[in-house]
Amino acid sequence: MNNTNENCALRLEHVSKTFGRILANRDVDLELRYGEVLALLGENGSGKTTLMNMISGIYHPDEGEIYIGGKRVVINSPKDSYKYGVGMVHQHFKLVDVFTAAENIVLGISEKGGFKIKKSIAKIKEICGRYGFQLDPEKKIYEMSVSEKQTVEIVKVLYRGADILILDEPTAVLTPQETERLFAVIRRMRDDGKSIIIITHKLHEVMAISDRVAVLRKGMHIATVNTADVTESELTDMMVGQKVSLNIERTEPVDPKERLTVSHLSLLNKEGVKVINDISFAANSGEILGIAGIAGSGQRELLETIAGLRVPAEGEIIYNDPKTNEKTDLRKKTPLQIRELGVRLSFVPEDRLGMGLVGNMDIIDNMMLRTYTGGRHVFLDRQPSKNLAEEIIKSLEVVTPGATTPVRRLSGGNVQKVLVGREISSAPSVLMAAYPVRGLDINSSYMIYNLLNEQKKNGAAVIFVGEDLDVLLELCDRIMVICAGTVTGILDGRTAEKKEIGLLMTKLKEAENDG
Amino acid sequence: MADTTKKKADKEPLFVVSKRAEMKFGKSLLVRVIAIAAALLVCGVLTLILTKNNPLTIFRTIVNGAVGNETRILETAYQTSILLIISVAVTPAFKMKFWNIGAEGQVIAGGLSTAVMMYYVGGTFAESFGNPLPAWAHTLLILIMTLTALLSGALWGVIPALFKSKWKTNETLFTLMMNYVAIQITEAVRVTINKGGSGKVDSSILVHGWFPKLFGKEYLLDIIIVLIITAIIYVYLKYSKHGYEISVVGESENTARYVGINVQKVIIRTMALSGAICGLAGLLIVGGASHSLDKNMAGGRGFTAIMVSWLSKFNPVVMIFSSLFLVFLQRGAKEVASAPGIGLNESFSEILTGILLFFIIGCEFFINYKVTFRKHTKEVTA
Repeated sequence: MNNTNENCALRLEHVSKTFGRILANRDVDLELRYGEVLALLGENGSGKTTLMNMISGIYHPDEGEIYIGGKRVVINSPKDSYKYGVGMVHQHFKLVDVFTAAENIVLGISEKGGFKIKKSIAKIKEICGRYGFQLDPEKKIYEMSVSEKQTVEIVKVLYRGADILILDEPTAVLTPQETERLFAVIRRMRDDGKSIIIITHKLHEVMAISDRVAVLRKGMHIATVNTADVTESELTDMMVGQKVSLNIERTEPVDPKERLTVSHLSLLNKEGVKVINDISFAANSGEILGIAGIAGSGQRELLETIAGLRVPAEGEIIYNDPKTNEKTDLRKKTPLQIRELGVRLSFVPEDRLGMGLVGNMDIIDNMMLRTYTGGRHVFLDRQPSKNLAEEIIKSLEVVTPGATTPVRRLSGGNVQKVLVGREISSAPSVLMAAYPVRGLDINSSYMIYNLLNEQKKNGAAVIFVGEDLDVLLELCDRIMVICAGTVTGILDGRTAEKKEIGLLMTKLKEAENDG
Repeated sequence: MADTTKKKADKEPLFVVSKRAEMKFGKSLLVRVIAIAAALLVCGVLTLILTKNNPLTIFRTIVNGAVGNETRILETAYQTSILLIISVAVTPAFKMKFWNIGAEGQVIAGGLSTAVMMYYVGGTFAESFGNPLPAWAHTLLILIMTLTALLSGALWGVIPALFKSKWKTNETLFTLMMNYVAIQITEAVRVTINKGGSGKVDSSILVHGWFPKLFGKEYLLDIIIVLIITAIIYVYLKYSKHGYEISVVGESENTARYVGINVQKVIIRTMALSGAICGLAGLLIVGGASHSLDKNMAGGRGFTAIMVSWLSKFNPVVMIFSSLFLVFLQRGAKEVASAPGIGLNESFSEILTGILLFFIIGCEFFINYKVTFRKHTKEVTA
């Protein structure tokens, strides 16, 4: 790359960052020109946010250099990044609720001489007027809508004199109308000479707002192209990449029968927004059903609803008993009631230590979570759990000082082995696993795939929520793609194309209006 | 890159605090012993400087005040047992992360209903079956007292739990307010019982339903009951299914829901248990020792018990020693204040107690965290 490129507001060269054994970014080169909107596109876990955090001083790169305005800089803290005119608006807002917008905006700025809030308010109004923000500086944060809070965050960055703005998934929380307004403001800022990076995985927004697109995949920079020169389908190709062969074993399903039938399932969240919208599918015995989708599309809620942790607004969840052929509606049943019905439903939740296990308890007591009610008398019987714990430690090669070690002391992979080991120990007839290999190294991941395959061979209906499309394509017999709480397609895992899934994951329907 | 490393070195802190892995029991015991020794040393030096008294005299007075003769030993043992049973009572709730600071009120509720039963039911019994009461009536009266004490303590504990599970009210404020309610009701009942008299309801009025003296020793029955309850709660928390549910709910409500534990039911059940044992403490105070109705019967032990419970890491057996330690100091301090020839008041012994507690609680930091001093080497700039 040309070192004396003077129309570069920001340039990254060979930037790498690892977290433990996980490679977040590898050898990334990136270029942001003056007065342009650059979209940063990539799947979950492709390293977009990590990369931006290194520019805004939250992380420090392991290797590589950052140039701002052609000059080599070292950014050690967010304060440093402001010094160089870089400001980042995070996905989760960092505002003090009981303060006004103006107070939040000036918070943390040390100015010489006396401080007058009136002067600051005048400056805020001037910024708002220039770029067309609608903001009342004296309104308190807790009275604001999400979009207003976001405006405060952006103005905060501009107030500090940022010329390079980084917006991390700004549209995820906005309605289409609010998105339009945001885009208008972004265009005005660009015309004023600001350089803007916008992180997103909504393709139509990339097409609408950006001048150029940089695509990241698995921590690496794939390409930067002019938006006008590409189509959505080409971008999807770059984002998901060519199929990589992983050599995960996949056997033909033996005698698949409908084990779990979900029909017209809908779920409202606390705010009354539909997070699951009319989902219907069947999970068959002896088969792995994969669920693909951008994170937060309703995967977690779907599994929790089936497990009895959430009460659906509409729809049915029918369990077909393999022995008696009886049909049972699991809707509105608690996890305990489901178990009492004799339904062996196992669930490996996404939040391992916060939901699947108790971090401060040892392995034995964690084994007991599912079975402690067994036996007639009031006392616990620890012996079976102790045996199970020792068996799992041995067969799954859990690295631990002993069965009485609190699970929070174990590494991520070992925590997951303990959790999966417990969940499959009951010989489940339905096994649901949400992101079971997230954060795990290759060996542990393959062990988990093997365990899922084993359950499939034993005739369980396995539901696997994954984020790596290569894994989904090699492991699953069928893949259900969901986007914003709706099923956009159910494909055959053996014939599906990666690109096809990518498009189904990102393609928003016309009627779609929540994030 | 060079200038950043130099900048970092400039800001490098003097020492680093990091969480350590589990410390061996022997080593942690040693840390605690050292802490107590250091505390005594500081106490001694301070005594010498501030009061010009011989610190050894002060220490001897403390020991003498707490366990100087048989009466004092019994009194200390009784006071310890009451603090212990309340500590044991609050433990299940705190283990569940239910911030119950209403033990005071729950104890008073139990004591109040005990006194009411002693006065009214005891009085009725005396009229019908003769005074003094025949043995069977006496036993029946004590049973009735026990039952009502347990129930009223449980009620005082369950009300905040119900409100929390139904309407998500804040249990800390609620339990605190329940204390004041209990105190005011006690005052009203006291004035009602002794209408026109001195207003005091003491052992000359509550004459029925006294606990029997075991082996002719005062308080012995109380102490034995407390030890039994302590053992039961130890087993309950460690080996019963209920105890396991309490731990799971306390550690992570999400996990509890995930495995199908009915969180609200556990909270209500546990608070009923906590309250009932507090009510029992009230029974032991009124029926087993004071034989009087006084709004100060709990004497702040409902709050001290919280400290005992946490200090003992929710282990009822350890609580025996923690509560003994606190009561020992308290009783010794009283003696220091009243002993002739020292000329100090209670404030000074409270200072000593404070110093001891500071060291004992402070040493937990060194048991849980490791402090590493950075070697201060001069940066060699290339």
